[in-house]
Amino acid sequence: MHPAFSVIFLTTLIGAGQGLYLALYTGQLYEVFKVLPVQDSAHFYAIGSLVAAVLLVAGLFSSFFHLGHPERAWRSAACWRTSWLSREVIALPAFLGMVSAYGLIHYMGWNPVLFTFRDTFAVDLSLLVGAVASLLGFTLFLCTAMIYACIKQLQEWATPLTVVNYTLLGSASGFMLATAFSAWRGSGLTDFFGGWAILITLIALVTRSASLIRNGRIKHKSSLETAIGIRHARIEQKSQGFMAGSFNTREYFHGAPKHVFNLVKWSFLVLVFPVPLVLVSIGLGTHTSSLLFIAFLVQYLGLLAERWFFFAQARHPQNLYYQTVG
Amino acid sequence: MSQLALVIDLNVCVGCHACVTSCKEWNTSGTAGYLADMNPFGKDPTGTFFNRVQTFEVGNFPNTETVHFPKSCLHCEEPPCVPVCPTGASYKRDEDGIVLVDYDKCIGCKYCSWACPYGVRELDEHQKVMKKCTLCVDRIYDESLPENERKPACVMACPTNARLFGDVNDPDSEAAQAIRERGGYQLMPEWGTRPANHYLPRRKTRITIHDDELVRADNPLNKERQLPMPDADDPTLDETTSW
Ligand code: SF4
Ligand code: SF4
Ligand code: SF4
Repeated sequence: MHPAFSVIFLTTLIGAGQGLYLALYTGQLYEVFKVLPVQDSAHFYAIGSLVAAVLLVAGLFSSFFHLGHPERAWRSAACWRTSWLSREVIALPAFLGMVSAYGLIHYMGWNPVLFTFRDTFAVDLSLLVGAVASLLGFTLFLCTAMIYACIKQLQEWATPLTVVNYTLLGSASGFMLATAFSAWRGSGLTDFFGGWAILITLIALVTRSASLIRNGRIKHKSSLETAIGIRHARIEQKSQGFMAGSFNTREYFHGAPKHVFNLVKWSFLVLVFPVPLVLVSIGLGTHTSSLLFIAFLVQYLGLLAERWFFFAQARHPQNLYYQTVG
Repeated sequence: MSQLALVIDLNVCVGCHACVTSCKEWNTSGTAGYLADMNPFGKDPTGTFFNRVQTFEVGNFPNTETVHFPKSCLHCEEPPCVPVCPTGASYKRDEDGIVLVDYDKCIGCKYCSWACPYGVRELDEHQKVMKKCTLCVDRIYDESLPENERKPACVMACPTNARLFGDVNDPDSEAAQAIRERGGYQLMPEWGTRPANHYLPRRKTRITIHDDELVRADNPLNKERQLPMPDADDPTLDETTSW
């Protein structure tokens, strides 16, 4: 497939936004259960949510560049019964709304304790709203990934690993950002976020490698034999029927030479995993928030490459029909 | 329930592209807007087409065969392009099974084209909406046309009659009969799309003759045996009967 930058930015930006929000909420949960010290001020969560919301809006904005008719985008919520794309279109604003509400509750201090659990854990409004937002955050990961995973004939995508990777990679970059953010705010949660960022990145390394290995050995079900329905081991296209370009020759071929393709693969493997892991470890050890922020940026850059590769690697069976100009 | 479709006979298609040009001509002149050709005389021309004819070579030289292969939307009975559409712009008609795009609803997200295994949907660069073969829905029901012209433009144009049009669910239609009697098959059955369009295979008329069919190796009745010449004074059959 031809990687579209609108979609690359959409998926990576909202992934980071979702991850950041999930990090904030996890932090708050740990506080309530008194595993971690209570945070400085409500502003920590408010500003954090704001950053997450900005990332989500930026992703949403970039997605419009993918559409031929962005002014009709509202129509795309119609078919949520059958289309994962439609579900994403609903889940994204819903999540954005709940994250904003969560931030606002913290900022305004509208945070009455709703009930107390076993007399020790105070459940306040933000915790409840946050739980709904977290659920929506995971739903959004599912919807985004299922857009790709549900297309059977794109065999590189049609695997549960796609969902796992979108969730883990988004969360990893969000937790990286949360680490840098909390170091900058001087919050006591930095080590906690950093630990999770390292852990999630490591798990993502395993699952992303698993999908690379899987896709490396994939056996494509379609061949020229099934494409034109003639059983013969040697079929060769002599002409695709036209010499000019067409949608079919643009949309489905990434057009990058083999060495660029491989370069992108190795750069994402280096930029998403080892480099940020090292930077975060040093940053946490030496309490340098700039290093933590660089770790996030490097990983985000790597994720752009990762997404490019994700698209470029998928081989659409329609390509069988467009092999030779003539 | 009827399912209109094309049945394409690869045995007689000569690859003349008449269906391609007639399709383009008919559909670019319709009320739904033209099929954009961008940069037609420039360096990188590109255009929207509903139908293509491709050419394949099957076999090893010198035993090769050239197959011309027309390809348009197959109007699948389980069209994967329809459920994925977020706006409902892509739909399959209940009454005749034609898969269409509502150009006024389409947001041009291209998702349907990803879901179609056959690469027959094209995003129009000018109108920015997804387009594809309509099975000439604006011809086949047009009562202002004489009845024998209420057929897709490509079917009318084909000089070898390689394109049959009809209801594949009606066992008596020409299309359904051709599928049944001449080995009609579907493309990429592995994706469960159940294309309504079918293709008729290349056919070879061969008879197999074994050596022992040319010479009677086994000849119990001594047919074609060289008979010895009868002696001159032996009675002939004529003499016997006249005797
Ligand atoms: S051929 Fe493609 S576009 Fe046409 S109905 Fe089937 S899946 Fe949809
Ligand atoms: S490009 Fe148009 S028809 Fe295709 S899925 Fe998107 S909205 Fe639907
Ligand atoms: S049926 Fe009509 S739209 Fe479809 S390929 Fe033929 S001429 Fe084109």
